[in-house]
Amino acid sequence: MPANRFNGFTDYGVGIGLRVPHYEHIFAEKPVVDWFEIISENYMVDGGRALKVLDQILDQYRVVQHGVSMYFGSAQPLNREHLKRLKTLTKRTKTPWLSDHLCWGSVDGRYTHDLLPLPYTWEAVETTALRIREVQDFLEIPVAVENVSSYAEFHESEMTEWEFLNEVVHRADCGILLDVNNIYVSSQNHSFDPMVYVNAVPAERVAQIHVAGHSKFEKYTLDTHDHPVLDPVWKMYARAIERVGPTATLLEWDDSIPSFDEVHNEALKANRYLVGAEASVAIASQELEEVHA
Amino acid sequence: MTLLELQRRMSDDVRRPLTPEMAMQTEAADGASVHTLAETYIKPNDRLTSFDRLEIYNRQYWFRVITAVSEDYPALNALLREKKFDALVLAYLKEHASTSWTLRDLGAKLPQWLEAHPEFGPKKHKLMVDVARLEWAYIESYDGTALPPLAEEDFRYLAEDSTLTLQPHLQLLALRYPVDELVLAVHKATPETDIVSNAVSERKKTSGMALPEMLRAKVFLAVHRYDSSVYYRRIEPEAFALLAALKAQQTLGEAIENTFSGSRLSPEEQAQKIQACFAHAAELGWFCREQTGPASIQ
Repeated sequence: MPANRFNGFTDYGVGIGLRVPHYEHIFAEKPVVDWFEIISENYMVDGGRALKVLDQILDQYRVVQHGVSMYFGSAQPLNREHLKRLKTLTKRTKTPWLSDHLCWGSVDGRYTHDLLPLPYTWEAVETTALRIREVQDFLEIPVAVENVSSYAEFHESEMTEWEFLNEVVHRADCGILLDVNNIYVSSQNHSFDPMVYVNAVPAERVAQIHVAGHSKFEKYTLDTHDHPVLDPVWKMYARAIERVGPTATLLEWDDSIPSFDEVHNEALKANRYLVGAEASVAIASQELEEVHA
Repeated sequence: MTLLELQRRMSDDVRRPLTPEMAMQTEAADGASVHTLAETYIKPNDRLTSFDRLEIYNRQYWFRVITAVSEDYPALNALLREKKFDALVLAYLKEHASTSWTLRDLGAKLPQWLEAHPEFGPKKHKLMVDVARLEWAYIESYDGTALPPLAEEDFRYLAEDSTLTLQPHLQLLALRYPVDELVLAVHKATPETDIVSNAVSERKKTSGMALPEMLRAKVFLAVHRYDSSVYYRRIEPEAFALLAALKAQQTLGEAIENTFSGSRLSPEEQAQKIQACFAHAAELGWFCREQTGPASIQ
């Protein structure tokens, strides 16, 4: 299960996001990190320090690209210039898969720079799946779509979010970046059972998992990525790993960023669940061999 | 409502300017009730109305874009102080909504826009424009293209009708104030940031710092990148004119003629200036081979 065609048949473990405040520590200490996730847009530039840093990282670490501006669900044609720049970057990083969000964010050439939720309609399924296919065909690498956290629901919706996700990834034949924190945040804002969502995801398509911290307010919960992962999210992660098997996992910590070690140690907590899942996989494959023997 | 109709509706609502208290407006530009507009497509829940739910996105949009522009112009922010600077950025963004997938381009037109808007600081308007021009030049230089510099032997073949290509990351500025001192002081105190994620975050407050006093004095700056760092190099007026002419694709002969036309310098002094300018520029790799364009990806 962990290595599948949606993550380029890789067996990546626990990674963290590559962030500016950690550059100095990484280059000085050369910590052992299984992989780094980069925000593609930070490196889709013509030159300068960002690309130099990226090349230094690529010399020593495995890197996976994660984007924030593809807007798979926008109703209008894809931006070809954006795609070309993205492809140039994928050649540089050799990312085994690439992820972006199941959302929309631009219309009529105006950009909101936000990951806006989609109405869960059949029209949106068709439009989004078509655009994901176009991106995947153009980039020639596996694409995984990430479920977003949301604060609004639409009258137009004809299905649940997890039904929508399943329809889209099936029609686009793409992978899923399962963000269990986003599921939790949305479940609090829209009053559904997050475990129902986790249990409904097609396990065979999960290429990667995100965990992160969030903030609870009186009337809603916000996806803030500014502190450690909370217990309910670890519980969902445990269930996801139970279903999917050991899968490339990344901790997102993007605001009030603490030391490199604190972020990395928080991410490594995922190993508590991954190690157990790896043992189960080993036992299962041994049993299978014995049956065949 | 089709997907496109819903996205147009929500985009208009999310990008509608906030009230001075940073809340969502209750009335659209045409007088329509935003409560009613929100109810047409957003479901309420047991804690929030349709309006409340839309307001989360409306506020987040403005925090995000104001923060992005503020991060590009920390010295202008420090010069104007938070409240006036926010008003300026809001006014700018109302006229220049984002038309790019990257937030990097959002502040590109601010220096030009500011030239036409003295109302945000009538007494120091020219100073503000100079600061804004230098801060945008920094961005352009920071991540602009660097082409292979000309080698020593390339210079041997230069003739009067030759044209030279200057590094795309090299920005030439004629300023009315020595704002390089001010911008350097603020940038040193400002941590570097990047686009990190879709996570919701509140905008950080910029600390009020003491700024160096600015007295009017014309300066010519070459803003360039060397070994991944951006430098502000003060250059002589003649060097500025020469480089600016070459950047405008004038031939070597034309550039020299236009630079020294009406000059009181002797031919020997002019030759010295030209030689010094070329020596510095060549040493810093400012002259380069012409760009042939990136490899085509179909």
